[in-house]
Amino acid sequence: MLRLIASRTASLLVTLLAVSAAIFLILEVLPGDPAAIMLGTAAREDTLAALRLELGLDRPAPERYLAWIGGMLRGDFGISLTYRMPVSTLIAERLAVTIPLSLLAILISTLIAIPLGVLAAARRDGAADRAVLVFSQVGVAVPNFWIGILFILLFATGLGWFPAGGFPGWQAGFGPALKALVLPAFALALPQAAVLTRVTRSATLDVIGADFVRTARAKGVPAGQTLRRHVVPNALIPVATILGLQLSFVFGGAILVENVFNLPGLGRLAFQALAQRDLVVIKDVVLLFAAIVIAVNFLVDIAYLVLDPRLRSRA
Amino acid sequence: MNAPATIAVTRPRRLRWNLPLVVGGILTTLLIGVALLSLVWTPEVPTRVRVALRLRGPLEAGLLGTDHFGRDVVSLLMAGAWNSLAVAWPAVLLGAAIGIAVGCAAAALRGIFDEIVMRASDVVFAFPAVLSAIMIGALLGSGPTAAILAIAVFNVPVFARVTRGVALQVWTFDYIAAARALGKHPLRITWEDVLPNIAGVLIVQATIQLALAILTEAGLSYLGLGVRPPNPSWGRMLSDAQTYLSQAPHLAIAPGVAIALSVLGLNLLGDGLRDALDPTLRNRGR
Repeated sequence: MLRLIASRTASLLVTLLAVSAAIFLILEVLPGDPAAIMLGTAAREDTLAALRLELGLDRPAPERYLAWIGGMLRGDFGISLTYRMPVSTLIAERLAVTIPLSLLAILISTLIAIPLGVLAAARRDGAADRAVLVFSQVGVAVPNFWIGILFILLFATGLGWFPAGGFPGWQAGFGPALKALVLPAFALALPQAAVLTRVTRSATLDVIGADFVRTARAKGVPAGQTLRRHVVPNALIPVATILGLQLSFVFGGAILVENVFNLPGLGRLAFQALAQRDLVVIKDVVLLFAAIVIAVNFLVDIAYLVLDPRLRSRA
Repeated sequence: MNAPATIAVTRPRRLRWNLPLVVGGILTTLLIGVALLSLVWTPEVPTRVRVALRLRGPLEAGLLGTDHFGRDVVSLLMAGAWNSLAVAWPAVLLGAAIGIAVGCAAAALRGIFDEIVMRASDVVFAFPAVLSAIMIGALLGSGPTAAILAIAVFNVPVFARVTRGVALQVWTFDYIAAARALGKHPLRITWEDVLPNIAGVLIVQATIQLALAILTEAGLSYLGLGVRPPNPSWGRMLSDAQTYLSQAPHLAIAPGVAIALSVLGLNLLGDGLRDALDPTLRNRGR
């Protein structure tokens, strides 16, 4: 067990190194002169030279890569050129929006998807099942940023229940801050819920057909109890994996939804950094996004090994 | 037990019609038809600015009204269909070509190459397409090329994994073992025996990835990372609509419906094809 975890951890570290090397290659080596990208073609030669010096571009690439990774590990993410402040401060502020938003979205999508998926499986081929299938097909097809716009139209400019965008900050109090995140979280959650509903439905159907469920029913356990005690806990294992994989989509979606609702999150920071050609910020934010996705999937893997003894011998 | 299976194999393959296949087929035909039609005919020139007619409601000017430049919404939607496909289609094709080649190679060579391919696909999976688009945009400047590359990059590991999975199964078949014993080159086995066997699965996957690509393209062009103006795109129409949400809420409806119907159509077509081509594939690859 410990050896397995150790080998998974080693492969996690290798993956993180490969990801950071890929980002470094794309953003610092391939452009040739990052300073020219950041300042544009109209820049004067002496400003370019000054920026190159500031970014340390006179040093060889492998040395810069090691300095970047070493800095990240110490919490030093470099200085943003447009904001003129440490990237770590920028990112910390933005994470206080993106992390709660993503968690809220995942929570909402789970709360919608698991009951719907189990219901559909329990009433297979019935009216409820068909309705859930239609929901999941349509839900997957509808873009989250469009749901966001429709929500603004309906609940913000129409009914006035929620703000149309912006974020008051957590210092404004928990209530107002949460209120600003509700519509974006639902916009982010609905397409994910559609995917998750399908997964839950098919996982539940697989378990319903299993021998131990038939045994439970045969020995007289009521249908509802069989579902609660035997079917659902077993069906949730594949659902948890998909939940881990979905984080990548939730983050990708957050970039869009944060822009729809004008939320000062990590996604919006990355997008603005692109407009400002602030490569220092882009590089750090992209690595952070990727690292979180990889780390969460690693944790899901480990949780699996702990929960399901069969996987230990198979791995 | 064996007799019906043998019959099923020897009987010529027939498409089993089902509801998703029909609905998906109709929606997809409509999408492609409208996109092609927009090349030769639209009710108005999509890019024509008519200040006098700006922000008109449906039926006041044209079937679905006009936008903030007085451009006809129906014409913009039609041209948007073409622009959407013009990004999504090459992106999936490029991603599929690389992914299928890599997946076939991994299945044929196994061992260390296989391991490297799988780990590399983990790395690529860590980047949501929007994030890749931001990175590629920083490198090349944002525009349709960056959008195509970002979506293609996302598709490579998807196709590599699906291809590897089904190709590995084909490699266990007896007649492949026979071909290998006869000294047939793995490249020829892949080309003549493996690929024809897995084509169905790959076509289904391509259809579903095309749906995802249209969705991603819409998101990228909403952010301004896709097709450049004045070329119309559904995502940009929605981003413009958001600016005029209180004056002309109707502008926020049609482009979203267009995206959703296109994606729904391709997804249904993919599901329908999966069931029609081979019912035993129903739960595989998802």
